[in-house]
Order: sequence, then C-alpha cells, then structure tokens
Amino acid sequence: MKNFKLIIALAIFTSIVSCNNKRTPQLQYMPDMYVSVAYDPNGAEGLNDAPVNIKPVAGTIPRGGFPSYDIPDTNEGYELSKTRTNPLEATEANLANGKAMYDIYCISCHGKSGDGNGVLSQREKFSGIPNYKDREITAGSIYHVIMHGKNLMGSHASQLTYKERWQIVQYVEKLRTDLAK
Amino acid sequence: MKSVGLHSRLNTLFIKSITVLFVFAFSISAYSQDVDEARQKEGKKLFKSLCASCHKLDKKLIGPALSGVEERRENDWLKAWIKNNAELRASGDAQANAIFDEYNGSNMTAFPQLSDQNIDDILYYTTVGEIKKVASAAEGVAVAGETSGGAPEWLIYILAAAIVVAFLMIASLLKQVNELKGNVAAGETSDIKRDLHELWVGVKQNTFLKVLSTIFLLLVGAYFVFGTIFKVGVDEGYQPIQPIAFSHKIHAGDNKIDCQYCHSSAKHSKTSGIPSVNVCMNCHKNISEVSDDTVVELEDGLVLGKEQLDLEIAKVYKAAGWDADNLEYTGETSPIKWTRVHNLPDFVYFNHSQHVTVGGLECQKCHGPVEEMDELYQYSPLTMGWCIDCHKETKVNLKGNEYYAKIHEDLAKKYNVDQVTIAQLGGKECGKCHY
Repeated sequence: MKNFKLIIALAIFTSIVSCNNKRTPQLQYMPDMYVSVAYDPNGAEGLNDAPVNIKPVAGTIPRGGFPSYDIPDTNEGYELSKTRTNPLEATEANLANGKAMYDIYCISCHGKSGDGNGVLSQREKFSGIPNYKDREITAGSIYHVIMHGKNLMGSHASQLTYKERWQIVQYVEKLRTDLAK
Repeated sequence: MKSVGLHSRLNTLFIKSITVLFVFAFSISAYSQDVDEARQKEGKKLFKSLCASCHKLDKKLIGPALSGVEERRENDWLKAWIKNNAELRASGDAQANAIFDEYNGSNMTAFPQLSDQNIDDILYYTTVGEIKKVASAAEGVAVAGETSGGAPEWLIYILAAAIVVAFLMIASLLKQVNELKGNVAAGETSDIKRDLHELWVGVKQNTFLKVLSTIFLLLVGAYFVFGTIFKVGVDEGYQPIQPIAFSHKIHAGDNKIDCQYCHSSAKHSKTSGIPSVNVCMNCHKNISEVSDDTVVELEDGLVLGKEQLDLEIAKVYKAAGWDADNLEYTGETSPIKWTRVHNLPDFVYFNHSQHVTVGGLECQKCHGPVEEMDELYQYSPLTMGWCIDCHKETKVNLKGNEYYAKIHEDLAKKYNVDQVTIAQLGGKECGKCHY
C-alpha cells in the first residue's frame, strides 16, 4: 500500500515537472508519422550527410526564371550597369509591389522617403546613408547595387526575385524624383 | 620685489597645474579646454552624414581609419582628394594612386560640394575626436551598478526568512497553547500519524465518504492522465536553447526590421526559411558590437550584457568566415546549427506564402509577439483544432480575383452570407491539408 502511494506521488510529480520543461520538445506518438523519410527543404542532412539546401548546378535557370545577372561587381561594372533599363512596364501594380518590397528590405536604412534616415540610421547603427537625390543613380545602377551591394550595403539578391528587384528600382526612382522636387 | 614676483609666479603655476590635474581627472581629453566645440560639432555632423558610411575614426571600414589623418597627409592634398579623388589620381599623384591600390581600387565618392571650410571642420573633428565627459559616465555606471546590484534579491531572501520565522513562532505558540490545555500526551511525536490512522479508519467505515473519495481520486487521476495525453506532440511554449543568443526583441522590436527581411522566403514558398548568414552580414559587416546598454534576458534568468553579446556577434563572423580585423572574407565558413522551434508533423501540409502573401496575415497572428521575445518560443499550440478555429472565423477577401467571382457569388448565396469564410471555401476539407 505504501509503495503504491509512493508511485502515485512520483507519477504526479514527474508529470508536473516534465510539463514545465520548455527546453525539450514534447513526446511524440508514432514519430514515424511526424518525420517522414522525405527530405525537408531546410533539413540539416541529406545524401552522404551533405546539407539538403545545396546550391544548384552552375548555370541553372529555374522554370519561369531569368538568366543570372551578368555584370561583375567592379567599378567598370558599375559604370556599365548605368546603361541598363528597367525591363518591366511602369505600371501602378508594379509600383505598389515595389513599395511593399521597399518597405521590407530597404526602409530600415534608406528611410521611408529615401533620404537615408531610416530607423537604423536614427538609432546610429549605421551612419552616412546617402540621400537618393545626392547620388547619380539610374535604373540599371540601382539594380546593380541591389544585386552586388555597394560599400557597406550588402547584396540583397538572395532575398528578392528578379521581378521584385526591378519593381523596387521603379519605386526608388519615383522616390528620387519626389526628393529632388 | 623680484622675489615676490617669482613667488607669485610659482604660486600661479602651482594653482594652474592643480587646475589642469583637476580637469584631467574629470574629462578624458586633457586639452578639452582648447577644443573649439562649435567646429568639432560642425565637423562631426558633416562626418556622420558624408563620411561615416565608409570611414570610422578608430577602425578601418571600407576606407582607412581617419583619426589623426591630418598628421599623415598634407592639408592641400586632403582637400584635393576629398573634392575629387578621381581627378587627383588621373593627374598622376603617387600618394593618391598608392592608397587607391591599397584599398583594391574601391572608388571613393567625390564631394565637390564641400567648401574648404567644411573640409577643415571635418579634419578638425578627425583630429580632436569625441568630447567625452568621464565624470557623468562614471556616475552612470554607479547608478547602473546600484539598480542591477541585487537589491531585489536580498529583499526576497529577507522576506522569505521573515515568513519562515513567523511560521516557527506560530507553531511554537500553538504548541504552548496545547501544553497549557494539558494535552501533553505520551505519544507526542506520533500525533499526526494517529490522526491519519483515525481518519483512514473513519473513511473505511463510512460508505458515502468512500464513494466520494474514490470519485475524487478518479477525477484527479483523469485530469493528470488527460493532461499528459493531450500534450503529446503539442509543443506550445517550446523554447529551445539556440546556438547564438539571437534576440528578436532587439532586431524586430527595437530596430523595427521587418520579419520578412530575414525570413524572406515566407512570401513565395512553403517554409518561412531560416536566414542564411549572408543576410546577417548585410548589417553585421558594419555592426561588430552592440551598444553599451544592450541587454538580452534569457529564460534561465541569465542576463547577457555587452561583453557576452559581442561574442555572440563573433559567432556570426565565424560562421560567415569574416575576418573582422582585416575586413575580408577568409572563405572558411561553418554552418550555424539553429534549433527549429515551429515544426508541423510531416502528415500536415502548411504553406507560408498562402497565408502571408495571399491571405495577407500578420506573422504575429500565429507566432505571437515575437518582437517582444528575447528568446523565441512557440506561441500557438499548432494543433488541428487551432487551425480549424481560425479557418471557421476568418472571412476571405475576394477582391481582385475575378476568375472565381461567379463561384464565390454562388457560394455566398448558398450559405446566405455576405462574405464566405475559409471553411466555406473548403478550408475544412481533410484533403486540403492531409494528403
């Protein structure tokens, strides 16, 4: 009888303790169904212990995608990029999505109006972010800088698609004209 | 007369030196008296707005550190360089071409709009640097030390001790009362045992009490059994220890960086994605240390200050293979092994882009106040009932979807509502998520 009571007390105690441990995941019933044999897109291990998320073969173009950017990240490349123009039509829809993307990826540093006074600038994490109107930039060079980055700005190519980059270009050009007024 | 004069001069020298010492003790720059603060301020303003994106005073960035640049170069040369460095290089200036080559031919922006006075102010700032007030800083430290110096902790201990003492006093009082009443029984120690035994015998004899206590025990048992079973596979509140003490509060809360800046695949794909290290480096190439008052509070009660947090940033550098001293990539990278927090079982299909881009949901709807979490935890249970509840309630915005306009209209008529919910559009079908 005494042992029985002890077991109940222990069971209650352990269940309470185990419920409160935040650091480990809960038990899974039939884990085979939770984790299938198929590889996860962000899985750590795939064939031969190589990460699943490895780069595609060089020169691969995704279906419906575009050839990779061909201008190198050099001073000459930057000058060359200035001659490129925006392949997208300047529509309202493109501009709207350009603004949506700008508000996610650019606004922290370049600020709402493109004057270089974003939150990170106000909080003095970054300083010296230029105002768009003070720089001689064209559609092609804006795209070039999104692709390769410039000075302290890093490349944002991995976070945006081809279309979104050109939509941002359109929006930045609009901001620049608004600033110059 | 002469000796008196000498004497007074000695006196003033003495007083002066004491004053200088005094000033030295309270301000970091001994020559702060000589600093033209207006010029320094003007130069600092210009420096911050024009130069700081590539130069720091004490550290190499894109370009060289500029502290004391006036001692290294001629003033005229500096002016020519700043106004139009390309022209200076084209003129065949050896110094200019040497520095250009040293920095791998990265182009410095030309600043023809700066006047000579502007440039002098900037150079003045690079020479005198920051004006710091040590006294106030020390004061700040003292105050900070006081507030973080365990004041609440010892208070809690004292309170706990007081409660224990109070209990002891009550217990001894009760004992004395008992003794005064003449209840000094022989079996003083087995009092509780005997009481329990009597209770046990009493319950055994009383059928009503027997049934009642059995029901009670069964209910308590059922509560714990079901409580345990229903937690199987439900990771609400799961908060694993991550390899880097990354704080969403600092990034998404204080610095207001959009969730999708880092989790950029949420808008187009099934998973929201854990950002690759190049995304970290977009900012951390420049930000190698946190500001002095940054604090991250971990769940274990651990508080990380600037010293530890700078080491956490160093972990990012190690993963990216970034040499923070020479500002270049070494090519030796190593993955950061983040622990996944939100993980749906593989027998459920869930797509982020459908919810984020098509549905236009805020991330916080499912992930909770992430911008307030120093350490991320799973906010929602992510159970099927939880999914279905939302699908039943949420009305679908069908604007701009002309292709299905007729079907949507018919559905609305069928259910006799203005706006159909996701469940009415088929969001409750098993095959939508389980296939």
